[in-house]
Amino acid sequence: MANYYQPEIETASYEQIRAWQNERLVKQVQHVWDNVPYYRQKMEEKGVTPADIQGVDDLHKLPFLCKDDLREAYPYGLMGKPLADCVRIQSTSGTTGRRVVAFYTQHDIDLWEDCCARAIVAAGGTKEDVVHVSYGYGLFTGGPGLNGGSHKVGCLTLPMSSGNTDRQLQFMTDLGSTILCCTPSYAAYLAETIHERGLKDQIKLKAGIFGAEAWSEDMRHDIEDSLGIKAYDIYGLTETSGPGVAFECEEQTGMHINEDHFIAEIIDPDTGEVLPEGSKGELVFTAITKEAFPLLRYRTRDICVLTRKKCSCGRTHIKMSKPMGRSDDMLIIRGVNVFPSQIETVLLQQGYTANYQIIVDRVNNSDTFEVMVEMNPDMFSDSLAKIADAEKELVGALKSMLGIAAKVKLVAPKSITRSEGKAVRVIDKRKI
Amino acid sequence: MIHQISVFLENRSGQLAEITHLLAENGIDIRAISIAETSDYGLARMIVNDAPKASAVLLEAGVILSMTPVCAVEVPDAPGGLAAFLQLLAEAEVDVEYMYSLFTHRAGRAYMVVRVSDETALTAHDIKLVGMDELGLK
Ligand SMILES: [Zn+2]
Repeated sequence: MANYYQPEIETASYEQIRAWQNERLVKQVQHVWDNVPYYRQKMEEKGVTPADIQGVDDLHKLPFLCKDDLREAYPYGLMGKPLADCVRIQSTSGTTGRRVVAFYTQHDIDLWEDCCARAIVAAGGTKEDVVHVSYGYGLFTGGPGLNGGSHKVGCLTLPMSSGNTDRQLQFMTDLGSTILCCTPSYAAYLAETIHERGLKDQIKLKAGIFGAEAWSEDMRHDIEDSLGIKAYDIYGLTETSGPGVAFECEEQTGMHINEDHFIAEIIDPDTGEVLPEGSKGELVFTAITKEAFPLLRYRTRDICVLTRKKCSCGRTHIKMSKPMGRSDDMLIIRGVNVFPSQIETVLLQQGYTANYQIIVDRVNNSDTFEVMVEMNPDMFSDSLAKIADAEKELVGALKSMLGIAAKVKLVAPKSITRSEGKAVRVIDKRKI
Repeated sequence: MIHQISVFLENRSGQLAEITHLLAENGIDIRAISIAETSDYGLARMIVNDAPKASAVLLEAGVILSMTPVCAVEVPDAPGGLAAFLQLLAEAEVDVEYMYSLFTHRAGRAYMVVRVSDETALTAHDIKLVGMDELGLK
């Protein structure tokens, strides 16, 4: 039996959703035109004025925003409200380039937390639950977002933040956490540690809400089996407020986008052309209710598919697939497109952990491609020949998935830097 | 048969030093050790005085290992001792997967750790197998 946080919105008819979007988009474009000179100039360059945007059908006329725009306009250039009206900033966890800083009014925070509350309720959360938030708190949106959503639902909220695994497990067992919110790689790490310490019987988790990094279906099943929970995906970007832009329901076949706040489009990443529903392409978001950081047509770089097929949960909002890769995470190695998620799939199928690192370099004008894989106890043998056979099998499976050969390097367990935040999956040393 | 512990060594300097240090800290005596390697990783096989304790200590530290039963045989500590033993194996058509020596020596006797394709063949011949007790192992 499905539960909703805001049933009248989450199960609204398509016509109703469209009507909200039309009205809010028109208003938002005017707001941006009046208050964000940076974007107004982009519109003028394209010869578009607010009068040209009468509804969602006109959305394609608007110019795109991308990460470079955010860097260029840093820090205040894309604000839609004066600083005096803002109550919060959050920032990206990006380690390269200039940070993205996003601003929020109290109204923006409120809507963002509503979105997170919808995700928690969709994962089975009620006021009886103990929500264990192990996303980082602070500038990163993960902790504050789920924390706020959990409050709205009325759950007992444990603001654990990331790191300090001993303390995490102590609270989890002592206070009976029922819903875990963190990155999937940290969930996998916690699951492993729980097994190592024989704590499985002492945890009461029933669900997890995992996001902020790419993870595969196989990894989902691993976490679900290991912890005996249902694992739900959640999606969001700092640029579009944070987690909760889209979330999974019990059907677990994609994430419902909160369409009363965001309009989603799929475009061809090369041409910028809008693609029909069901096409694979780059996800673009237009925030139609945000005041302080009202991004229009923001290119996420995430490659995915949108579908409006009827969902068994009763929610009517369009669903996005799990991102299949990022147009900027995609590696081109010896001319072949490689997505890290493909490597993860192979590793899990072959019985390895999903903890890996890809190292790409260029030696004598030719790409080298190495995958570091953690040896696992089941694959280990007293015989070098048997280890070599397992390694050969893995190399073969990677080659058939990727179309190019990778050199596999077996390393000791837990030796690949594992995040208590985000895992470093790719090291590209090429200077091109 | 005696217990042998095999540990996975990634290709990184100092790893074996860490492992042996860990064993020393826990008062574990290494009675035999042999390293096998490829260019990318290796494997250390060890006989220790207290295998259950050693494996617990290593697992706790996150080391990947496996316990394998292997044979320990006594050979004369004199020229031709080992040759005679290997000759017997050859005649019995038993293959040696690997072999290394224990540090233990006693009045003219030396001891070898050996992994063979067919252990029953050893007892059928005039080969003296030694057990854990005899070698003072747990
Ligand atoms: Zn649904």
